[in-house]
Amino acid sequence: MSWGRRSVIGVPYVWLTLFFLVPFVIVFKISFSEMAYAIPPYTQLMTWADQQWTLNLNLGNYYYLFTDDLYIRAYLSSIRIAGISTIICLLVAYPIAYAIARAEPATRNALLMLVILPSWTSFLIRIYAWVGILKNNGLINNFLMWLGIIDQPIAMLNTEFAVYIGIVYAYLPFMVLPLYTNLMKLDHSLLEAASDLGAPPWKVFFTVTLPLSKAGMVAGSMLVFIPAVGEFVIPDMLGGAETLMIGKVLWQEFFNNRDWPVASAVAIVMLLLLLLPIILFHRYQARELEN
Amino acid sequence: MGKKVSSFGRTFLTLGFIFLYLPILILIIFSFNESKLVTVWGGFSTKWYGELLHDKQMLGAAWMSFKIAFLAASSAVVIGTMASIVMVRMGKFKGRVAFTSMITAPLVMPEVITGLSLLLLFVAMAQTIGWPAGRGMLTILIAHVTFCTAFVAVVVSSRLREMDASLEEAARDLGAPPWKVFFLITLPIIAPALISGWLLAFTLSLDDLVIASFVSGPGSTTLPMVVYSSVRLGISPKINALATIIVLLASTGVLTAWWLARKVETQSVKLPTINS
Repeated sequence: MSWGRRSVIGVPYVWLTLFFLVPFVIVFKISFSEMAYAIPPYTQLMTWADQQWTLNLNLGNYYYLFTDDLYIRAYLSSIRIAGISTIICLLVAYPIAYAIARAEPATRNALLMLVILPSWTSFLIRIYAWVGILKNNGLINNFLMWLGIIDQPIAMLNTEFAVYIGIVYAYLPFMVLPLYTNLMKLDHSLLEAASDLGAPPWKVFFTVTLPLSKAGMVAGSMLVFIPAVGEFVIPDMLGGAETLMIGKVLWQEFFNNRDWPVASAVAIVMLLLLLLPIILFHRYQARELEN
Repeated sequence: MGKKVSSFGRTFLTLGFIFLYLPILILIIFSFNESKLVTVWGGFSTKWYGELLHDKQMLGAAWMSFKIAFLAASSAVVIGTMASIVMVRMGKFKGRVAFTSMITAPLVMPEVITGLSLLLLFVAMAQTIGWPAGRGMLTILIAHVTFCTAFVAVVVSSRLREMDASLEEAARDLGAPPWKVFFLITLPIIAPALISGWLLAFTLSLDDLVIASFVSGPGSTTLPMVVYSSVRLGISPKINALATIIVLLASTGVLTAWWLARKVETQSVKLPTINS
């Protein structure tokens, strides 16, 4: 291997190994230590005493996660909220991606750009925008009360409903993009063949278009589901105290309780739960990147 | 495809765009509100913009975020481009699967996990080799370069794959060394992708709250951190004013980049001359 080739592979390889892979090993290691009032605030796994190394493996953090029902409920509700949001996102994004893919080439680019444009502005601020819309004296409630439809504000902010809206709103472009790419690659002659053979449009859609766009649906869903499970900003700003999500639990464990080992154990279990979706996404993305 | 958008499709697009843009529009309208109550109209005023310009903490944080985003995007473009050359042009090598995994996983990794793991790495490194000595701009920068690299690699490698590889082959056959092929042939052709990759990385870095909160230290507060602590206290029209400025800057930037890219696409691709 030439020197040049080796360094082109080496630089990104070393960087990503050091700053992406190694950190997970350290999180795994610290999930077995104990919280301590020291700097750094955890006990060492290996200690040198009496002329020998001792390994202090502490499974207490994991035991704690599985006995205190807060954590199990947080994991389950994160998966449920992320799952429902992903399905809503898919249902909203599919017709949009389909319409863009069927538009004329000149408008297609402009429409696609309009879908992506909001994600170039601050994520935090786009979530914040919904606080003013959803809260008790917010725009929706004021409007409905002005119309006389309701006389008491409907509680929308600080509910799971608000979290669904936030996730769908923030992640919609990530669902539209892979769906659009996939629908663009669709072989149009297959659709023509189906309709020439007498299939009505809805049948062409459900028997040809939909099955052929499976790869795009999987990629888009993973792109929404995986980060949504660990989402912190959306449940924190829109979900209020009653919405339990694991990203928020990890954040509080780290910043409020300063319990780094428990936060690490929370992260490891979350990673294990997400392993399968991540592999699924990787397989799709690797195919996209390589061929 | 290329058929006319059906009325069904048009309805969905319209509803979709209303959903995407209405909240942003409302945010902008209420930034010109005289009243401190963000949802009640109290007359037109630009006073919140004035207050924003006098907010030392906000301006300082914005400058910090800008510096980090500029450096992170520039470094991520270099590393990300190398990574995409490895994936698209280098064929098989030992550890290839691990390599592509490290490019695709950061795209979806929940931010709380990335943030925590990088913080623990920095702490462990400081303990064992004494570097980085403290947490601050440098540690945020390293964290941002890492996740931005993955996004740049995706953008650049899709362009690299579409590119006609025979141009590179021709240059190689004529005896150009690899570095010359890259700088004279490949780089000019993939340049638009490098620009959009840079812009994407810049925005992602500018936008990050969660990872920066984990790896920052005292004295290195970024703009999203200031915005977050201020919106936690409740709605403030000053944040609306800031949002308006961000939306304005971002859309001007994106529209310009989009317009430039279209201009480049419609022009015939001129081949650079090789003098050797």
